[in-house]
Amino acid sequence: MRDTAKVIIGILVFLVLVTTPFWYGKIAAESGKPPVLKVGTAEKECVMSKDFMRANHMDLLNEWRDHVVREADRVYVREDGRRFDKSLGNTCMKCHTDKKEFCDKCHSYSGVKEPFCWDCHNDPNAR
Amino acid sequence: MRGEGRVRTCIGEADDCYVSSSRAQRGDLPDALWKGIAVGLTLLAMTQNALLKAIVEDKKMGVKRRDFFKIAGVTALSALTATKAVSAFAFGPSGHGGETVSKDNAVRWAMVIDTRKCGKGAQCKNCPSLRACHEAHNVPDIPNKKHEVKWIWQDSYDHAFPTQTHALIKDELKTRPVMLLCNHCDNPPCVRVCPTKATFKREQDGLVMMDQHRCIGCRYCMSGCPYGARSFNWVEPKPHIKKINRAYPVRTLGVVEKCTFCAERLAKNQGPICVEACPEKAIVFGNLNDPKSEVRKILSVSDSVRRKPHLGTSPEVYYIM
Repeated sequence: MRDTAKVIIGILVFLVLVTTPFWYGKIAAESGKPPVLKVGTAEKECVMSKDFMRANHMDLLNEWRDHVVREADRVYVREDGRRFDKSLGNTCMKCHTDKKEFCDKCHSYSGVKEPFCWDCHNDPNAR
Repeated sequence: MRGEGRVRTCIGEADDCYVSSSRAQRGDLPDALWKGIAVGLTLLAMTQNALLKAIVEDKKMGVKRRDFFKIAGVTALSALTATKAVSAFAFGPSGHGGETVSKDNAVRWAMVIDTRKCGKGAQCKNCPSLRACHEAHNVPDIPNKKHEVKWIWQDSYDHAFPTQTHALIKDELKTRPVMLLCNHCDNPPCVRVCPTKATFKREQDGLVMMDQHRCIGCRYCMSGCPYGARSFNWVEPKPHIKKINRAYPVRTLGVVEKCTFCAERLAKNQGPICVEACPEKAIVFGNLNDPKSEVRKILSVSDSVRRKPHLGTSPEVYYIM
């Protein structure tokens, strides 16, 4: 048989193609892991639990917005009694100092368009 | 007395709550009489109906001259009295007069500006109050007058009080500088016309506030405001702010903005920044509902005016002349 080499190469190419889903999945899983966010603070706890904030921070922000702007209710009291100013720029961003590392990284990973908060609210730590 | 017989008519939410004078003092006849007329009208309408029915039933004949006049008369009488009679039952603001005002909150913020002191100091050429306000609130400095954004500004007495001036007024008064800002009216027209409730009157202290998140930039409020206190962001404001105060938000293209009486400072028990910055102490701020407050004391002993009070907006910025 004169075509042994060609046949073997053909078989190899076939095997690589057939197993594509397996190795592609492996590589994608490596690079597509959720980003590890740098919080950049010594604080141990956010205004709510980590899980709550992860799932509902946008709702909390909307609620705070309405409280402050429309009801002049500016103070948030945490379960343990600690008081916080209901303010994106002056409270949230005090701990989450790096918007790029904290907000943007996760938003871009999950394909969330940058919210228009930042059209008006300042990133106090920018520049 | 003009203030007599004021009743508070309150239906639905607080937003829909107006204080209006009782109908007895605005018209010529008392409420009871109008209500009586309304009942009479119903009877008239029934008569009208009966007449028409009689005519329709008498099919062979056309409308008689006599019947025609009967119906025309009844209809005319209804039309003449209906509007007033119906309004006797209606709720809502009376619309006229400067005193359709609620003063029953614990706090009603107001400002008194002494025009005699204003502009007299060495620093006043570049008004420190104006600068402090615009710097603290990230108000852009846009050279094009058409796109100008202002929270507090200066004009002459002549322009500020167009209805309280005349050709022979003394020169000093005519050209006297007057600081102008949002009047935080008790009956704010801007709030009534806003289609999204982006601008609203805070019930607890009477401040007229802007919710930039809800503003759709329709500028109805600017047409509604008789004081020109509102500015529209025709251009992106950020590039026109010299130094952004990062503790306070900026605004974006396409929203309306105005003075807030420094709501963010009031929350920390501080007065408005213009009051603090005025080197002549010409601006005083306080609670109008507290008889011992400084604003009340000053108003009780000085000659004070308000801008365009005849419009019924009940402005809460008072000027000492």
